[in-house]
Amino acid sequence: MIDVMDIRKVFNAGRPNEFVAIDGVSLAIEQRKITVLKGPSGSGKTTLLGVLGCMARPTSGRIILSDREITSLPERFLTEIRRTTFGFVFQQFNLIKGITVIENVILPAYPSGENPVVLKKRAMELLSLFNLSQKALSKVEWLSGGEAQRASIARALMNDPEVIIADEPTANLDTKLSREFMEIVSNLNGQGKTVIIASHDPIVYDSAIVDRVVEMRDGKLIAGATEK
Amino acid sequence: MFTRKSDFFFLFIAVNLCALLLFFLHDVVVHGNVQTSLREKSEMVERLGLTDLCLFTDARYTRHPAMADLNTPFQDHPTALEHFPSGTLEGPPLHLRSK
Amino acid sequence: MRLLNRQRNIIDFTLSSLLRRKRKNTALVLVYTLVVFGLASVIFSTQALKHEACSILQKSPEVVIQRVVAGRQELIPASYIDKVKDIRGVQSAQGRFWGYYYDSTVGANYTLMVSNEPSGAEGSMVIGKGVARTLHAEKGDIVPFRAYDGSIVTLQVGYILSVQSELVSSDLVLLTENDFRQITGVPKGAFTDIAVMARNPKELTIIAEKIRRLFPDTRPIIKDDILRTYETIFDWRGGILLVILAGAMLAFVILAWDKASGLSSEERKEIGILKGIGWETSDVILMKFWEGVVISLSSFLLGCVFAYVHIFFASSALFEPVLKGWSVLYPQFRLKPYIDPLQIATLFSLTVIPYTVATIIPSWRAATMDPDSVMRL
Repeated sequence: MIDVMDIRKVFNAGRPNEFVAIDGVSLAIEQRKITVLKGPSGSGKTTLLGVLGCMARPTSGRIILSDREITSLPERFLTEIRRTTFGFVFQQFNLIKGITVIENVILPAYPSGENPVVLKKRAMELLSLFNLSQKALSKVEWLSGGEAQRASIARALMNDPEVIIADEPTANLDTKLSREFMEIVSNLNGQGKTVIIASHDPIVYDSAIVDRVVEMRDGKLIAGATEK
Repeated sequence: MFTRKSDFFFLFIAVNLCALLLFFLHDVVVHGNVQTSLREKSEMVERLGLTDLCLFTDARYTRHPAMADLNTPFQDHPTALEHFPSGTLEGPPLHLRSK
Repeated sequence: MRLLNRQRNIIDFTLSSLLRRKRKNTALVLVYTLVVFGLASVIFSTQALKHEACSILQKSPEVVIQRVVAGRQELIPASYIDKVKDIRGVQSAQGRFWGYYYDSTVGANYTLMVSNEPSGAEGSMVIGKGVARTLHAEKGDIVPFRAYDGSIVTLQVGYILSVQSELVSSDLVLLTENDFRQITGVPKGAFTDIAVMARNPKELTIIAEKIRRLFPDTRPIIKDDILRTYETIFDWRGGILLVILAGAMLAFVILAWDKASGLSSEERKEIGILKGIGWETSDVILMKFWEGVVISLSSFLLGCVFAYVHIFFASSALFEPVLKGWSVLYPQFRLKPYIDPLQIATLFSLTVIPYTVATIIPSWRAATMDPDSVMRL
């Protein structure tokens, strides 16, 4: 579904603090599968996720999404693709502080101009799916870690994307919540969604539901990535 | 479940615009009274041969600016500084400035 | 519909975002409104006064001839009148008696004027409402005037001029010629000035020129000069109004400065998040646009509404101390509402545009960058 070819991502190119985050990565993400990017911090997992999710442009290389080359698409088209195809769950959740949970969840769909009543209904459905209905009108600062994460997943699902991308989702969760998270992932996969997770948590990459684990180190894929 | 904030905003704008519209209508409605008042003043101007509005009664050149000349403010003293507050509001008339 | 919903959605978020810092933004709107209120009040009152003056004074004398001696206005001899009447184009020429009377008991200045109002009755006068208020006088009351020679001349109030005419008549004391001479000491054969009516109003300048040549010691003032006095009264270019304008400009700059000085890292991160969850650059810019408009437009409308009420319903109550100055006698009047669209449009531009631009511009860079880089910043 997503093919990346020879991706390189360099930060601060040409300057003394130049840093090569991804150094020639080629990868094919299969549809409806759960793929995990495994590796220590600094290995380039987060950056690769960003490239896969159209959040960052690679310095060089090509990206093909569903047989369509999107490497050099203008920003506007790229954003539309990002909005409709990908749902991002950030490591720090990145919910907007100071506003309510339900507003955070609806936020991705605001610019679409869809009927606000419809949007509100959909958001409430998502929140009830994650047992957050009671917290709908609370400010996000009042949520616990697990609740915040579920809220951010709900937000990622607002536009009903095909692909869910999660960056170190269990980093701030205990074992119980981590396992719950993997259950949610399993359900989503069951609904036909493609899932890509970057994690160095064994609970994630050793989970039985994961279809493929890709190992990374120093911006490169380690040859012989295990398949399941 | 909750009223939308943007609706509040639009309502607020609408109320203000309505207020301005009401003021405008109010003007139109009281036009008659205002016209009468204006006419009365006009007639008095004509009848008495008035040349100025009675706005500032503290000094001669502020009470009758149209009749004043450049020297009037200095009649009290050649280097008289502006000591009437209304003089700061009223500049010298245009026909004195250009001459 | 979709377009409208898009705006409504984005405004929803903008308002939620602004409400996060309720106190700061409320204070901002308050101060902003105050500045607009002050400026708009000044604009409304000066424009309305100018407009009213120009319409009321259309019927003022066409030429007023003053005599000037050593740079000072002096009495004009009656003998001038006949010669002026002979000038071609002059329809009529009349001597006028008017002057000032300082009432030391109350510290007020009145304008004494001779007219036919008191129907020629000696010892009777017609006073303006302002005079009546200052003296607490009513119809029939006897008022003493100190004459030029120290003697007392008493006049009875015949009637009081209407409240509606206060703008032109508030400080008037209308009396007979004899009473005027008794009080002021103006000798027979002299007038304060001469009022001239012309056959053809377009010839006023020519007539004025002729008068000047005929009597070099005179200063003719034509009606155009009178009207133009009031067109440029309260000019922005000088006096207290310039200070007010400068102050308001400064206030606008300061209010916009907070926005223009750049985004905080928190704000930048938020833009990154918005972009990460699928907002386009144009959506972010639109949100910033509404952020600026919500604050500035609200302030503009509130300020204008309050200013309108202040000037046209409350008769510029807050300006009274300034307008009154040292006058003891101050006319009470309700201005005829007149709004100059150009000045309002200018005020709108000054209020809304710079602030909105100051809100949008700093966000531009963050809005156009990749969400990834923005979030890393």
